[in-house]
Amino acid sequence: MQTATDQQAVEAIETRRFHVFRYKRGDKASRFDTFDVPLAERMTLLDGLRWIQLHQDPSLMLRHSCLHASCGTCGVRVNGREVLMCVTDVHDLGLDITVEPIANIPVLADLVVDMEEFYARFPDEHPYVRSSEFNPQAPTPDGIPTYVRYEDCIECGLCLSACPIAATTDRYVGPAALAAAQRMLEEPRGADTAGLLDWADEPDGVWRCHAAFECSEACPSNVNPAARIMALRGALVGGALVIPDRMEDAR
Amino acid sequence: MSQTTGTDRIPGLEERARRGPVLRKGVGVSPSGWFDPRGRTIGSWAFAANRITGLGLVFYLYLHLGVLTMLLAGESMWNDFIELATNTVFLLLDVLLIFGILFHGLNGVRVALVGTGIVPDRQKALFWAFTVIGTLLLVYAAFHVLGGE
Repeated sequence: MQTATDQQAVEAIETRRFHVFRYKRGDKASRFDTFDVPLAERMTLLDGLRWIQLHQDPSLMLRHSCLHASCGTCGVRVNGREVLMCVTDVHDLGLDITVEPIANIPVLADLVVDMEEFYARFPDEHPYVRSSEFNPQAPTPDGIPTYVRYEDCIECGLCLSACPIAATTDRYVGPAALAAAQRMLEEPRGADTAGLLDWADEPDGVWRCHAAFECSEACPSNVNPAARIMALRGALVGGALVIPDRMEDAR
Repeated sequence: MSQTTGTDRIPGLEERARRGPVLRKGVGVSPSGWFDPRGRTIGSWAFAANRITGLGLVFYLYLHLGVLTMLLAGESMWNDFIELATNTVFLLLDVLLIFGILFHGLNGVRVALVGTGIVPDRQKALFWAFTVIGTLLLVYAAFHVLGGE
């Protein structure tokens, strides 16, 4: 039986009000459900949504995997801004937190989008998995035999969600696919570079971008897709295919 | 024996080819269409302002051509219009027009510099530089339009 003291303790627990996008196939329209979630120390957005799943609504659907911003599966929009749930601290989001699926990709259910639509935009030559590449020449710290090269893009779709042009046309291939093409051209490893440039040199390819740079702002992996698109354009107008390895830090 | 190419190893290519290039839109598409102001940064605001000023300039072009047809109606009508067009409200609209021209033009130069790969990573710095230039030009123009010497 709950005592008055217990009740006061419960009331003293700080909460955050989550407004979560809901949609299931067959629904006539989407809606937002509201949940009050007790705040915990170092609570991530993903922790909050899993709390809702465990304690309030097990039918809430979301995707996640690695829990450390490597897999790119837990991308959502929070208060209108694209983030990865697993590395977003609830304490930074204010009292009311609106969670929606990433935009410009069809929703399957609740916060889960159809990533097949995202991958379909990539050039056919794009290898989603590339062989590990070792760099034996680079000096390494003690105990590490060699460096393994990783690609930065985690294919989370946040760039496509943030892109205002992708919101106007579903024919635009989008920043992730164009950045992937630029990356392949930067380091072809036998890929058909002329074919890739032809693929990018289309009205709905590299020329559809209107340079809002939201993709680079949204990217959680510092791929800087916008600068890569601009580099592709530079290459197509006769310049060098060079992108700077820095992002503008002023926000 | 056929040679295995890199693309043969990618799963799902045939299915993707069958679906064609057109992607369907779903409920995840932002209802505000081309501009959702929530959480956006300077690049998106510049993009939105560029579109709005572009539409405004197209509207003004046709308005301007329409106004010029008053010349066909004779000197008296044109002189009456000029008198109306030089009152303060119209002059303020002229300043607004100059703002639109300056913003759209300078932003176009910024996008061209960034978009041709000349300075692909300096869109914000260019935005603020052109904002300073544009503001100075606008103040100068407003001073003259509104009667300063």
